[in-house]
Amino acid sequence: MSEAKEEKIVFQRPKALCDVVTHYCPGCLHGVVHRVIAEVIDDLGIQEITVGIAPVGCSVLAYNYIATDFAEAAHGRAPAMATGMKRVHPELVVFTYQGDGDLAAIGTNELIHAATRGENITTIFINNAIYGMTGGQMAPTTLPGQVTTSTPRGRDTKLAGFPVRVCELVSTLEGSAYIVRRSAYNPSEIRKLKAAIKTAFQVQMAGLGYSLVEVVSNCPTNWGMTPLESLKWLQENMLAYYPLGDYKVKDSVKELMAKK
Amino acid sequence: MAKVLMKGNEAIAEAAIRAGCEAYFGYPITPQSEVLEYMSARMPELGRAFVQAESELGAVNMVYGAACTGARVMTTTSSPGFSLMQEGLSYIACSEVPAVAVNVMRGGPGLGNIQPSQADYFQMTKGGGHGDYSPIVLAPSTVQEAVDLVILAFDLADKYRQPVYIIADGMLGQMMEPVELPELKPPQRPERPWALTGAKGRPRNIITSLQLDPPTLEKVNLRLQETYKRIRENEQRYEEYMTDDADLLVVAYGTAARIVKTAIVKARRDGLTAGLFRPITVNPYPYDALRRAAEKAKRLLVVELSAGQMLEDVRLAVMDKRPIHFFGKMGGVVPMPEDVVDAMKKAMAEA
Amino acid sequence: MHEEVIISGFGGQGALFAGQLLTYAGLYEGRQVSWIPSYGPEMRGGTAHCTVILSDEPVGSPIVRNPTIAIVLNPASMDKYEPLVAPGGILVVNTSLVRRPAQRSDITVVRVPANDLAHELGNVRMANVVLLGALLATKPIVSPDSVKRAMEEEIPAHRKHIIEPNKRALERGMQYVAEGR
Repeated sequence: MSEAKEEKIVFQRPKALCDVVTHYCPGCLHGVVHRVIAEVIDDLGIQEITVGIAPVGCSVLAYNYIATDFAEAAHGRAPAMATGMKRVHPELVVFTYQGDGDLAAIGTNELIHAATRGENITTIFINNAIYGMTGGQMAPTTLPGQVTTSTPRGRDTKLAGFPVRVCELVSTLEGSAYIVRRSAYNPSEIRKLKAAIKTAFQVQMAGLGYSLVEVVSNCPTNWGMTPLESLKWLQENMLAYYPLGDYKVKDSVKELMAKK
Repeated sequence: MAKVLMKGNEAIAEAAIRAGCEAYFGYPITPQSEVLEYMSARMPELGRAFVQAESELGAVNMVYGAACTGARVMTTTSSPGFSLMQEGLSYIACSEVPAVAVNVMRGGPGLGNIQPSQADYFQMTKGGGHGDYSPIVLAPSTVQEAVDLVILAFDLADKYRQPVYIIADGMLGQMMEPVELPELKPPQRPERPWALTGAKGRPRNIITSLQLDPPTLEKVNLRLQETYKRIRENEQRYEEYMTDDADLLVVAYGTAARIVKTAIVKARRDGLTAGLFRPITVNPYPYDALRRAAEKAKRLLVVELSAGQMLEDVRLAVMDKRPIHFFGKMGGVVPMPEDVVDAMKKAMAEA
Repeated sequence: MHEEVIISGFGGQGALFAGQLLTYAGLYEGRQVSWIPSYGPEMRGGTAHCTVILSDEPVGSPIVRNPTIAIVLNPASMDKYEPLVAPGGILVVNTSLVRRPAQRSDITVVRVPANDLAHELGNVRMANVVLLGALLATKPIVSPDSVKRAMEEEIPAHRKHIIEPNKRALERGMQYVAEGR
């Protein structure tokens, strides 16, 4: 028999992540992003002061997975709801978790005005270029030529216009403080994503303005691919239209990051 | 406290402040914009939340957010804006969070005009948005009553955790009358264990109107219906004016009712004994009280600034026990008391 | 006591303000009062009128078809309200702008060159208050002191300089009726 020795825990479920099986499809990156958010909440020690707002879309049940107080918004209205919460409870950390249809189609108005007011809230924006929950229709971020159930011959820009680049759009607004695009297709990108979400929450807690982290994501089911194929397609197609990077980092945010 | 002269819109705003409203979200629309303007000055100076939203959709969802955190919160709008708010109000009702919404009605449909109207009665009293919900709707007839009912609205919203509406119109919003206001006190929140305030020292709270499992959503609906039953049993309010000897019972609410009061005095001078039944809660509608009042009269006349919406509730109350006549004006046209007297005489003359 | 007063003119002539002064005065004297404006999308220059009710009874309808008193500041208001004044009522006419004589013989017509008198006092915009003074000299439905108190208490701080001139305008209107000049 070997001698008992103290072991060091190197990996475990974050406290802020519920111990449940998610409803997400195999290979979907929602679960990864949820976990990253939960890790950040643990790292910052803010589980007891955080309120999340779930969207309408695949992540409508995000409140079952991230273990903080949570509300479920009407489609697209999460930034307005977050505004209402934050204005009466400035001490809370309020974040919205939204997909591309929720944020960049039906909820564009709420997004833009929350950002331009400089609301001290954080948005995690999942961009997978398709409506997942309703069955794979065209999203505002669907790429030109991309086949969806409502663009069966591929997105024809003459008929359906062009995809919206959210980070580029929102970064022009004076009230936005920290606007960045990341992905989660490999461990290195996931680490960068975690750092960005952490910064976004810190920006909010320091009262520096609106923060948004876009995650270029996938949808193996509605893209009709295996998980691995979908990550390859993401890198080969999505990143060309949605380049990763920092779109707005206000000086006040840079100072904050230098201090941390 | 001495009476002060206030515009209806300003009185509604100040009443909310006195009731402990912690947050106001709105969007400009005539004829209620004075509420927004008044709040934009008063709320920040009291350290309370004010946002001029990007739309009525934005405003009502800010209300929803603030309500989820347990704050006393209000929005105000006028008819087209109230249509836009239906989405959020349905969510608020299903989520069982308290909120107050004021509709200073104007002529419709469509963009209509900005003159007084009561044409949103169906939308306000019968749900308005999707799903089975039934908001409390309070109908002030004077500026003082608007003050009193706004304060009551906050209490009822808290008590039943449901949206409570004030059904007003451009005339009430724009006119000035003397009012007495309660003292200004810091907002006090009752215990709200359900509120989203951060899960410190308690299990986390989730507020959602999504229930994918039908039996679970049915349970939510049954609970709502139980709430509405309690509201029906406890919150019906109405006023009777000169009904004891009335041959003709006129039924009207809000602005129409005060015009009717003047008409009744004039008609009685001409020998027509009329009285007024005025619902103060138009939802829950005081069906039984109206039925009893109707039994004392020979005929009924319903007067509305609409094509005849409350008329249906009067018919539900009275059935075919008495003849029911209708006099309505649409499109922002407000009848003079003399027009109502003519309608009363016509109703009594008809076989 | 029950008076129904309509004050009507071009937007900007102060019809609504004169009505508010009257309403406050009624409130100070313990009357039941209401004030209701016409309201429209035009912010300047359109027609503007208000209805003021002063009564010993609770106010029912805040709008009336046949007012007991009308103050008309411009020709359009004269044309609209002269026929509507209740028999035995009072019509106060701003003759600086309304050139034609009144047609009614069953009402008291009070003719005052209010723009000219206000101009002599230094500001033509006080014609509204001159006419209010003329009404009170004809029928004291409220006391002039209550109207002056309303000026002192209700005119906002940044416009305090108009209080004394407006008091003089009120007195000038009363004097014009009392002395016929």
